[in-house]
Order: sequence, then structure tokens, then C-alpha cells
Amino acid sequence: MKDVTFGQYYPSHSFVHKMNPAIKILLTIAYIVGVFLVSGDNYYAGFLACVVFVLIATITARVPIFRVLKSIKAIIFFVLLSAILQIFFNKDGTPLWENGFITDKALIASGFIALRIILVVMGASLLTLTTSPVEIADGTEVLLAPLKLVKFPVHEFALIMSIALRFIPTLLEETDRIIKAQQARGAEFEGGIFKKAKAMIPVLIPLLIGSFRRADELADAMDSRCYSGSKNRTKYKKMGLTYRDAISFIITGGLVAGVVLLNGVVIL
Amino acid sequence: MAILSAENLRYSYDKKSVALDGITMSVEEGEYIAVIGHNGSGKSTLAKLFNGILKPESGKIIVDGLEATDKKSLFEIRKKVGVVFQNPDNQLVASIVEDDVAFGPENLGVKRKEIGERIDFALKAVGMEEFRKSSPTRLSGGQKQRIAIAGVLAIKPKILILDESTAMLDPIGRKEILSVIEKLNKEQGVTVIAITHYMEEVISADRVFVLDDGKIALTGTPREIFREKEYIKSIGLELPTASYIASKLVEKGLLEKGEYLTEEELLEGLCK
Repeated sequence: MKDVTFGQYYPSHSFVHKMNPAIKILLTIAYIVGVFLVSGDNYYAGFLACVVFVLIATITARVPIFRVLKSIKAIIFFVLLSAILQIFFNKDGTPLWENGFITDKALIASGFIALRIILVVMGASLLTLTTSPVEIADGTEVLLAPLKLVKFPVHEFALIMSIALRFIPTLLEETDRIIKAQQARGAEFEGGIFKKAKAMIPVLIPLLIGSFRRADELADAMDSRCYSGSKNRTKYKKMGLTYRDAISFIITGGLVAGVVLLNGVVIL
Repeated sequence: MAILSAENLRYSYDKKSVALDGITMSVEEGEYIAVIGHNGSGKSTLAKLFNGILKPESGKIIVDGLEATDKKSLFEIRKKVGVVFQNPDNQLVASIVEDDVAFGPENLGVKRKEIGERIDFALKAVGMEEFRKSSPTRLSGGQKQRIAIAGVLAIKPKILILDESTAMLDPIGRKEILSVIEKLNKEQGVTVIAITHYMEEVISADRVFVLDDGKIALTGTPREIFREKEYIKSIGLELPTASYIASKLVEKGLLEKGEYLTEEELLEGLCK
């Protein structure tokens, strides 16, 4: 249990790793939007552009391609299901054989649906592979900053997020310890799903009570270290913008613009 | 003038029992104070009163001229009184060492450049410079506690209170913390109040307060305290290992009568 690493961060000092996390999140969203925008008669070109983009991003991130592809494994069922539904229910185009229910267009469409999902997941997992959870929390804080205008407690929200991330390994360690303690008292964690679920109760209750105690102590420690909310607070970590962010911004912008233009040609 | 003084402090968590009952004490600037007592003697409550986390039912606490019971001066009090608690895991707020040490100065609104300097200073003071970019979860208990101390030092407090900060550590971790504390006291002139139930940690203190049942039962230098062997035992505390062994040896007539506080003294006595 102790070896569980949270998230799938792949440490490196690559171009993509060094980008500003807020920009990275923003550009990932832009890319995903781009993937969904691909349509019209030139979709081959649109998809090709997206595939090239994600491959270039993977190479500059110096993440092994199999790590990115691994994330697809988790959603393979979803991909296949969408593709199969498309094959059976899309009635456009001409049947592949006489009186057949599978059309040529349906086959192509199902292929592209699968490709679309895979491209989105690859982009998203590239973000989590190159950005540590803490950076994601920091990036989110920056991106949510406009919500301060409507009195949304952005600073508190980000602090809660980063403290939660900080405590995941600690709580996993504690879970491990409680399981061992209960096993030492004769508790069994093997058996069917109901038995297993029931066996978890004597683990979860001490864990929950322990977390409350921890929260209490943490609050005291934070108070002792002069924490008094976001007022007059400075920040040590400054996430500056570098040439990396500018270049990525231009390239991603180019991709989205290209996709829109390719669609537009047909619409006009 | 005393940097911290308490007058007739009273505190109880519930109506049935009193945690602190009439504590009066004063601490001079630069002193190394040990507060000792068995579990439930009220010693941890004392730490929380000194930096205003708890409010006494009655009595007065003055920290460097400020009243700790005054809500308006709480922020200033906490700048002056840093507290390191028992469990290092429950004090660290960030997943990277330098971010955690930065937490205090950030709260004070210190400028970025100076925060960097304070991190350098604090990590150096606890000997953890090389772990600046590490994750605390990968460190040992003693190392984590040193980071917790660094986090408090970065606020530049005048008084450092250690609320059983070694209780959850192994002997090596405990030694690490003790040497860091002694160094801070001697070299940086930080006033230290170490709350503990380990007698070994009392030996290097200038003065000791023994707490029993919410009252100060004894005060004096470590040597004066350990002369009261029978009394110390009667309130559920143990003598330092060297003193304990020495007293047994004296009983058997194997060692001359005298004061044996440290291992060195015991060794010297045995070699005679």
C-alpha cells in the first residue's frame, strides 16, 4: 500500500515540464476543444494535425510514448463501445455489402470517434504526466483567480487542495498500519466482495477519527505559524511566464486556428 | 526583564478536572527552560496558552510586553512565540520542503526575496539545506521534525516552544533534535522552552519546572531537581539513565555517594 504513488507524474526537466502549470492546463483545454472541433470534409487533415501535435508534445516532454499510451488502457472499453455503437447505428452512406447493415461511412466514423477519444485522453494524461499534483493545484489557483470577483474563496480552495495532496501519502501509511493492527487482532481481509467491504469498517473508522485528530493538530500548527487567511499574504513560489509558454501558446493556438479554418473552408 | 511571564494561570478542558491550576512562572531572554511532567500534568496545555491557541480561564500571560490573552495582539504573539508540536506529520503543510518552510513567512507577508533568505537560514540552522527540494514524506521522523522546526524558525521567533517534539522519534531522531535546539539556544540566542517527559532532555536546560497535577511542583537547575530522587519518582517521572544506574550502584556500595547526572560523570565516578 505504501508504494502507491499518487497521480502519474513522470519527473523530468523537459521543455513541457518547465512550462507554467496554469498555461499548461489552459493549453490542454484548448487542445481538447480543438480535437472536438475537427469535422467537415477535411477532417483527415484536422485529425492528422492533432496526432502530430500530441506526438510532438510527447517527444518534447521526454515522456516515453508507452507511458502516454498506457492511459488509454483504462478507457479502452469506453473507446470500443463508442466505436461499436457507431458501426451498428450509423445509417449514412452505402452498405458494405448487399442488404448489409454496416455502411462504409459508419466504419470511418467509428474509427474517428475512437481516435477522438484516444487523442483527448493522450492530451490529458500528458498534462498529468508532466505536471506534479502540487503544480496542478497552483495552476488551478491562478486560473480560478477571476472567481475572486464573485467572492469565491480561491486561496482557501487551493490551500485545501494542496493540503489534501500533502496528506495522501500520510493517510495511506496510516491505513497500512491500521490494517496490520487489525490483522494482528485476527481480522480477515480475504473473501468475497461483501466480506471485504465489511472488513474495511474497522479500518475506516479509526482512519476517520485519526484524520480528525490530524486536522485539529494541523490547524493548531498553522495558527502557530501565523496563518490568518489570504489577507496580506505573499507567495514565495512565483510561476513566471517564459519563452516556453509563449512558444507553446503560439503552436497550440495555431493548431486550434488551423482546425477551425479547415472546418470553415467547407462551411463557406 | 522577563521575556515571558505567567501569573496564576488556570485552565480546564471540562468542568470536572483542572488542567492547569495557578501556574506562575517567568522566563528570561536566552534561557533554556525545560518543563517536565508525566502525562496529563498539564504541560502541553501550557504551550498552547503561551501562544494564544488556548485562552486561560483566569490569570495573565505577558510575552515580550504583550498580553497573550488580548485577541488583537495574537498575530504579534505568534510571531514571537514559535511552537513545534509532537507529530511532525501533522505540522507540515506542503509537499516540498522549501514550500513548507516558506509557509510562515508567507503568512507574515514577507517579500519574496527575503523569504528565500529565511528558508536558507532556517534550513541551515537545522542542518537540512540539501533537502530543500525534497518531499517530506520521504524523510525520517527526525528529519521531518527538523523541517517543522525550520518552518517555525523562518518566522524568526524570539521564543521557541517544543511541545513534546521528540516524543514520537526514535533515539537517533531525538538526539538530532536536541543538538539542533542546543545550538539554536547557544548560537542564535533563541529562548527555548522544551516541554517533555524525557529526563535526558532536561539535563542541558538552565532551569527546570516540574509540573504535577496542573501545579508547579518543583523549580530549579537540573542538578537541584534530581537531588529530589524520591519525589521525582513519586510523581511518576524517571531519573536520567545515568543517575538511575548511579543510585542503584550507590545502594550496593559499588559507587561513592555523589551527583551523577550525565554519562560522563558516571564514567568518571566509576573510574575512581
